[in-house]
Amino acid sequence: MTELALQQYLDFAYIVAVVLFILSLRFLSSPKTARWGVLAGEIGAAMAVVVTLFNPEVAHYKWVLIPLIIGAGVGIPLGLVQMTAVPQRTALSHAFGALSAAMIGIAEYYVGTGPVTRFEMGEIALEVIIGSLTFTGSVIAAGKLQEILPQRPIVYRGQNIVSLSVLGGALGLAVALVVNPGNAILFPIMVIVALIFGILLVTPIGGADMPTVISLLNSYAGFSAALLGFVLNSKVLVVAGALDGSSGFILSVIMCKAMNRSFANVMFGAFGQVQVAAAGKKEERVVRSATPEEAAGILAAASRVVIVPGYGMAVAQAQHKVRELYDSLTKKGIDVRFAIHPVAGRMPGHMNVLLAEADVPYDRLIEMDEINGDLPQTDVALVIGANDVTNPAARTDSTSPIFGMPIIDVDKAQTVMVIKRSMSPGFAGIDNPLYYLDKTLMLFGDAKAFVNDILRELGGGH
Amino acid sequence: MPADFISNLYVFILAGFVGFEVIKRVSPLLHTPLMSLTNALDAIVVVAAIIIAGRHETRLTTVLGAIAVAASFSNMVGGFLITDRMLRMFKSGRSKQS
Repeated sequence: MTELALQQYLDFAYIVAVVLFILSLRFLSSPKTARWGVLAGEIGAAMAVVVTLFNPEVAHYKWVLIPLIIGAGVGIPLGLVQMTAVPQRTALSHAFGALSAAMIGIAEYYVGTGPVTRFEMGEIALEVIIGSLTFTGSVIAAGKLQEILPQRPIVYRGQNIVSLSVLGGALGLAVALVVNPGNAILFPIMVIVALIFGILLVTPIGGADMPTVISLLNSYAGFSAALLGFVLNSKVLVVAGALDGSSGFILSVIMCKAMNRSFANVMFGAFGQVQVAAAGKKEERVVRSATPEEAAGILAAASRVVIVPGYGMAVAQAQHKVRELYDSLTKKGIDVRFAIHPVAGRMPGHMNVLLAEADVPYDRLIEMDEINGDLPQTDVALVIGANDVTNPAARTDSTSPIFGMPIIDVDKAQTVMVIKRSMSPGFAGIDNPLYYLDKTLMLFGDAKAFVNDILRELGGGH
Repeated sequence: MPADFISNLYVFILAGFVGFEVIKRVSPLLHTPLMSLTNALDAIVVVAAIIIAGRHETRLTTVLGAIAVAASFSNMVGGFLITDRMLRMFKSGRSKQS
């Protein structure tokens, strides 16, 4: 077989892989076919990897096979993490994806004669900057989600000016390299500056904004891979990168809409200042609290119950107890559904995965827009570890920092019960008027323990 | 502007549109598995990394390529694995009873 013919076989295999990738995402449109999507993706990816090993350019297998084994050794445990660790695992995988795109771009700069034309230099510089900042940014995001780093936004005066100047510095160095691609000393400096910008970009962002940030990082990681495809003239990378990039972008838009905020507002956030503003106008108001016994009585007397889960449920690992509550109430003939806000939790779809893990049937997990119309006919709305996504100030108080954010209208239910550790405001420091309504009962305690107490009162628990 | 760039741009724009249309239809229920699946697909950069590392041109490029192979292949293996684990958990009320 001549080398040219072999190359054509390789290209053909890549085309088949690309088709399988698109089908893979297509299968994901329904939970019924979704697992076929994984299979299609796996076949496509395996085929692409295997044919690449036959590429005549690959002469030294030692440098390929050992890293492949290491990669599998790292990837398998990361594929087996607990479902509660999925957000940080996802951030880490954005970091790995961006790292590998950046490394290949850097290697491409140093390969052979290096970039000969200014155009190629521009492509490489842009690719390496995006890859590098996504790498460090994702590492910081993973650190925050794993709680190695504080989840609170870390802010200081003049932060945005500092961050943007660092980005400007990286872009300036890229321009200088395009003007003179031979100025090799500038290249590593540009990489380091881009790495620093990634850290500065994500450090000020608080935990509650993580769903948007993780989606944006997803999209950057995808676009850096697509740009790498331009650099290497590899269509399979262009397509895979474009799919990943557009997926991350769509998710970012959905997350931003769900918080009624712009990208710029999330990235260069207002939440730091918000805390100060909200703390100023605090006043003492009366709340009504209830015991597990009373809560169980109210639930048992209801015929329609909507449970609103939030990040607090994930922190307390309460999803299995919540499912037992679902089972217990369902057995009594009560209609129980879950209202899922798009930004509940720390990443898109977080609550769905946790509840599915606990064996809650997915047809009981209802999106916000769909369930809001049913809340006035709901007897009890039970909020577990969610705060801002239920805050009626988003509808009524134009001075509230979250004004305009779409919320789950729990305040329209006949009775609202909120399981919460204490009255301390959430991450964003925004007071929630829901807690002071006459129809609201506060259930103070740990989510898991409290649900367990309710279960015992209902006769289904232990 | 190189001819390759133009043809890549065509592919990029068309793939972007395909991605948009396909991903728009993904149920919000599955947004977490969507992210881990696209991550695993994106790990196809491993094919470029394999060539850089396997060419063994200079020590620097080989090491960079080898790191890229390990990082992207871990995403590929781990991404498919966790996506499948998540999707296995999604059961409807009817299939649960049967």
